[in-house]
Amino acid sequence: MVSMENNLNILLLLILLFPLAGFLFSGLFGKTISKLVVGILASTAVFIPFVFSIILAANVSENVISLRLFEWIHFQNFNISFSLMADPLTALMLLIVTGVGFLIHVYSIAYMQDDESFSRFFSYMNLFIFFMLILVISSNFLVMFIGWEGVGLCSYLLIGFWYGDHENNNAAKKAFIMNRIGDLGFLLAIFLIFTTFNSLEFSTVFANASQMISGNSTIFWITLLLFIGATGKSAQIPLYTWLPDAMAGPTPVSALIHAATMVTAGVYMIARSSILYALAPEVLGLIAIVGIATALLAASIAIFQNDIKKVLAYSTISQLGYMFAALGVGAFTGAMFHLTTHALFKALLFLAAGSVIHSLGGEQNINKMGGLSKKIKVTTFVFLIACIAISGIPPFSGFFSKDEILSSLFEKNPLLWILGIIGAIMTAFYMFRLYFLVFKGTYRGSEETAKHIHESSKIMIIPLIILALLSIIGGILGLPEWMGSRHFLQNYLSPVFKNSSQILHETKHLVISEEYILIITSIIGVLIAIVCSWFIYLKRYKVFDAKIPVVFRIFEKKYWMDEIYQFLFVKSTLWLSDFFYQIVEIKWIDAIVNGVGVLVVSTGRRLRYIQNGYTEFYVFMMVLGIIALLFINFLIR
Amino acid sequence: MNLENFLIMRHELVLTIVTLILLIAELSISDKSKHKIIPIAIGLFTINLIIGFLPTISGSLFGGMYQTTALQVTMKNILNLGVLVVLFQSVKWLKEEENKIKISEFFLILFSTLIGMQFMISSGSFLMLYLGLELATIPMAALVAYDRLRTKSAEAGVKLILSAALSSAVLLFGISLIYGTTGSTYFNIVGSVFTSNSLQTLAFIFFFSGMAFKISLVPFHLWTADVYEGAPINVTSYLSVISKGASAFILLIVLFTVFKNIVEIWQNLLYVIAVSTMTIGNLFAIRQQNMKRFLAFSSIAQAGFILLGLMGANITGMTSVVYFVFVYIFSNLGAFGVVSVIYYQTSKENMDDYNGLYHTNPKLSLIMMLSLFSLAGIPPVAGFFGKFFLFTAAAASGYYWLVFIAVLNATISLYYYLLVVKAMFINKNDTPIAYFKTDTPAKISLIICVIGVFIVGFMSIFYQYFQSIGFGI
Repeated sequence: MVSMENNLNILLLLILLFPLAGFLFSGLFGKTISKLVVGILASTAVFIPFVFSIILAANVSENVISLRLFEWIHFQNFNISFSLMADPLTALMLLIVTGVGFLIHVYSIAYMQDDESFSRFFSYMNLFIFFMLILVISSNFLVMFIGWEGVGLCSYLLIGFWYGDHENNNAAKKAFIMNRIGDLGFLLAIFLIFTTFNSLEFSTVFANASQMISGNSTIFWITLLLFIGATGKSAQIPLYTWLPDAMAGPTPVSALIHAATMVTAGVYMIARSSILYALAPEVLGLIAIVGIATALLAASIAIFQNDIKKVLAYSTISQLGYMFAALGVGAFTGAMFHLTTHALFKALLFLAAGSVIHSLGGEQNINKMGGLSKKIKVTTFVFLIACIAISGIPPFSGFFSKDEILSSLFEKNPLLWILGIIGAIMTAFYMFRLYFLVFKGTYRGSEETAKHIHESSKIMIIPLIILALLSIIGGILGLPEWMGSRHFLQNYLSPVFKNSSQILHETKHLVISEEYILIITSIIGVLIAIVCSWFIYLKRYKVFDAKIPVVFRIFEKKYWMDEIYQFLFVKSTLWLSDFFYQIVEIKWIDAIVNGVGVLVVSTGRRLRYIQNGYTEFYVFMMVLGIIALLFINFLIR
Repeated sequence: MNLENFLIMRHELVLTIVTLILLIAELSISDKSKHKIIPIAIGLFTINLIIGFLPTISGSLFGGMYQTTALQVTMKNILNLGVLVVLFQSVKWLKEEENKIKISEFFLILFSTLIGMQFMISSGSFLMLYLGLELATIPMAALVAYDRLRTKSAEAGVKLILSAALSSAVLLFGISLIYGTTGSTYFNIVGSVFTSNSLQTLAFIFFFSGMAFKISLVPFHLWTADVYEGAPINVTSYLSVISKGASAFILLIVLFTVFKNIVEIWQNLLYVIAVSTMTIGNLFAIRQQNMKRFLAFSSIAQAGFILLGLMGANITGMTSVVYFVFVYIFSNLGAFGVVSVIYYQTSKENMDDYNGLYHTNPKLSLIMMLSLFSLAGIPPVAGFFGKFFLFTAAAASGYYWLVFIAVLNATISLYYYLLVVKAMFINKNDTPIAYFKTDTPAKISLIICVIGVFIVGFMSIFYQYFQSIGFGI
C-alpha cells in the first residue's frame, strides 16, 4: 500500500507539470507551428491531468494523499512549505477544472481559429489551468494564495485579450483591481491565521481550530476576512460588478474562467475552511444573507439585460449566490454539489452562446436575434437542455442541486427558503426569456448577417453535446434521500466535512412529506415563470405597455452600482491624488515657498535666483518633520 | 596588518585598491581611448564582488571602530551585486560623446560612495558611521550633477548637497547628544547604557531624522523626486536602489544594536512614519507621467514597507528586511534598466511613450511587467514573498492595523504599476517606439534581474541563510 501511495502522490506533481509545460510550449514556440498542433497539444496538456484526476479521485477517501515539494522556511516553530495534497474535496475540484477545462480547450480550437493570437490564447489558457490547479491542490494557505492570485492574473490577461478594444482594457483592469480588494482580505486572513496557529498548513490549522470553542473572536476575524476574499473572486455583494464587464473577453474564456472554474474558487475556499466557519456562526449567518441577497439582486438585473453574455454573467453571479447561501446554512456538500452541476450547465450555456455569437458574426444583442432554432438546431437543443437544467426542472442536474440547497435553507429558516424560491422563479423566467428571444419567434437582425447563419463546426459541437449529456445526468451524483437512494457526493465528501458538521450538529431533518411539498411548490413556481416568459417574450403580450415601468428601471440600470462604485472609490482616490498633485504639490508648495522666501533670509533666497526649485521648502519641511516627531514622542504618549 | 585583518576589511580595502588602480589608469590612458576604462572598471569590480563572497570572518578592528559579521558581509555582497547591475546598465550612456572625457570620474565617484556605505554598514562607532555617511553623500552630489551641462542635473546636485547638509547637521547634533549623555560613541557601550529619558530620546529623534533623510521617509522625502528626476537615469537607479538599500541596512543595524533598549519609542515613531510614507508615496505616484519621477515616488512608498519589517523587532523582522532589500534590488533595477535602455535609445521617458511597446519590443515589455509585478507584490514573483515576510513580521508583533494599511497601500500601488503595464500591452499607439536591439551589457543586467525576480522567490535557501545570520532584540 505504501508504494501505491508513493506512486499516487507523484500524480499531484504531474497534474501541475503538464499545463505548465503546455503554457511554456505554446508561449515560446506557438508562433512557429501550425495552429491545429498548438490547439491539440494545449488540450492534451489538460486532458492528461484529467485522467490523473480520475485516478486520484478513485483513490482518496479518509486517507489524504500529500506531497511535500520543498520546505520553504523551517525555523524553530516557524514553518512554511510548498506542499500539495488531495482529499475528496480536492479531487472533485480537480475533475471539474480539468474535465470542463479540457472540453473548453477543444471548443476553443475551432472558436479561435481565425484569431491571429491563437497561440498566445492557448498559452494563457494553459497557464490559467495551471494556477487553478495549484489553487485547489495546495495544502496550505500560502500556496493556495499563489494560485488564487495567479488565476486573477490570467483572468486579467484573457479579459484584455482583444486589447484593440478600449472597453476590454477597462474591464480587465476593473476585474483585476476588484479582485485585489478581495485579495486584501484573504492576505490579511493569512497573516492572522499565521499569528494565531503558527502555521499555514491546512492540516495543522484545522486540527488546532477544532479544539477551539465556537464564537472565538480570532476565528471570527479570520473567517470574515477569508469571506471578503471570497466575495472578490466569486463576485458576491459588494464586489460583483467586475464579472459582467469581464464578459469582454473571448467567449470560451467566459465559459472557463468566469463561469465554471475561477469564480467558484471562493466557494471552494470556504468549503475547504469549513471547520473554521463552523466555529463562527455569526459569519456563517452573514454569508447566508449575502449569498441570498446576491442571488436575488443578480437575478433581478439579469431579467432586463439585452446582451446574451451579460444575462449569463448575472445568472452566474446569482447561482454563486445560491452556493454561498448553502455554505451559510452549513450545507457544504450542497454548495459543492451545486458548484459541480453549475460548472457543467453554465459552461454549456456559455459555449452555446459562443456558438450563437459565432454564427451571427459577433452579434451579442438578443434583440437582434430570434428564430435561430431553425438554422442552428444542435445549438438550440443543447441550450434548451441547459436552460431546463439551470431552471431546476427534474430530472435534470440543476434540479437536484438546487433542491438540496433550497431544503437546507428551509431547515435553517423558512424565510430564506421563500427568498430562494423567488430567485429560482426569476432564474427560470430570465433563462427562458433568453431562450425565446434568441431561438424562437422571428429573426430581427439584419439581412446581411442572416445569410451567413450556420451551425458551428464539429469540433465546437462535440464538447457541447458532451456537456449537455452531463448536464442531464449530473444529478445522479447526489440523488436525494427521498428518492430512496444514497447521496453519493455526501458520502464521498463526508471525510472532509465530518468535523465541521459535528460542530454544527445538524439534527433537524425534514420529513419526506415536507420535502415533497417544497419540491412541488418550487416546480410549480418555475413552470409558471416559464409560461409567463413564453407569453411575454414569444406571444408578445403587452404586460409592460411599451415602456418599462419605473420600478424596473432600477433593475435595468443594475441598481446604478457601477456609477456608485465609480464615484465612491475610483473618483475619490483620484481626487485625493489630484489634490496632492495639483493643490499640495503645485499650489501649496508654491504658496508656502513664496511665503517662506520672505522669512528665510540670505542663503536660501539667493539660491532661488540660480535655480527654480524649492530646496529651502524641503529643508523647512524637514525641520517641521523633526518637530512633528518630537511632538509625537513627548506630547502624545 | 596581517592577513586576517585584511580578510575582515576586504570589501573596503579591495574597493579602495580598485579605485586607486582606476585613478592610475585614468592618468595613463590617452583621451582618445578613454572608453577602455569601462571594461577595466567593470572587470575589477567583478573581481571585488567575487572576493566579497570568499569565506567570512567576523571580528573588529581599530579598537571596535570597525566591526564585521556574516550579516554585514552579506549586506555588502548584496549591494555589490546591485552595483554591478547598475554598472552594466550604464555602459551605453557612458559611451556617449559628451561623457567620453569623464568616464573614469563616474566610476571613481561611484566607488567612493560605495566605500562610504560599506564603512557605515561595518561601523562600530558613531564617528565611523558619520565618516562613512559623509563619504557616501558628498561625492553623490557630484554624481547627480554628472551631466553638468544639463541644468536639471546640476540643479539636482545642488539640491542634494543642500538638503544633505542639513540632514548631516541634524544627525551630528543627535550624535553629540548621544555622546553627551552616555560618554561614548561606541555602539556596544551606548547600546548598554541608553535609556528612554528625555534627553536621550531627543538624541535618538535627531539621529533618526538624519537617517530618515537618507532613506527618504516622509516628511524627509521631498528632495527625492527632484533629485531623482534631475540625475542621469543610472545615477537615479543607484540612488534609489543601492543607496536606499544601504541606508535601510544601516538603520536596521543601528536600531537593533544601539537602540535596543528603547524599542517602544522607535516602534511608535516608525508606525507613524511608515503609514505616512506608504500613503503619501503612493498618492503622489499615481499621477506621475515621467517614468523616473514615477519610480522615484514608488520607491518612497517601498521604503515605507521596509519599516514594517523593522517594526517586528525580532529575527523575523530583520530577516524580512534583508530579504526584501535583496528582492527589491532586482525588481527595481529591472524596471530602471528598461527605462534607461529606452531613454538612451529614444530619449523618451514619459508613460505615454510606452504605449504599444509590447508590439515592437515584446521582451523589454515583459521584463518591465515582471519587475513591476514584483514591485507590486504579485505572486509568484519574488516581490510577493518580500512583502509577505515584511507583513508577517509586523503581524507577528501584533501590528494588525498597520498591516491592514500596508495591504491597502499595496493594492493602491498595484493600480499605478498596472497603468504602465496597460500602456505597454494594451494602449494603442500609431507611432510606438520602434524595435531596437538592446546593447549587450544592459542585456546581461536585465537577465540578472529577471533571474533574480524569479529564482529568489522560490529558493528558500536565501531566506534561510539570512535568517541563520540575523539576530533580533
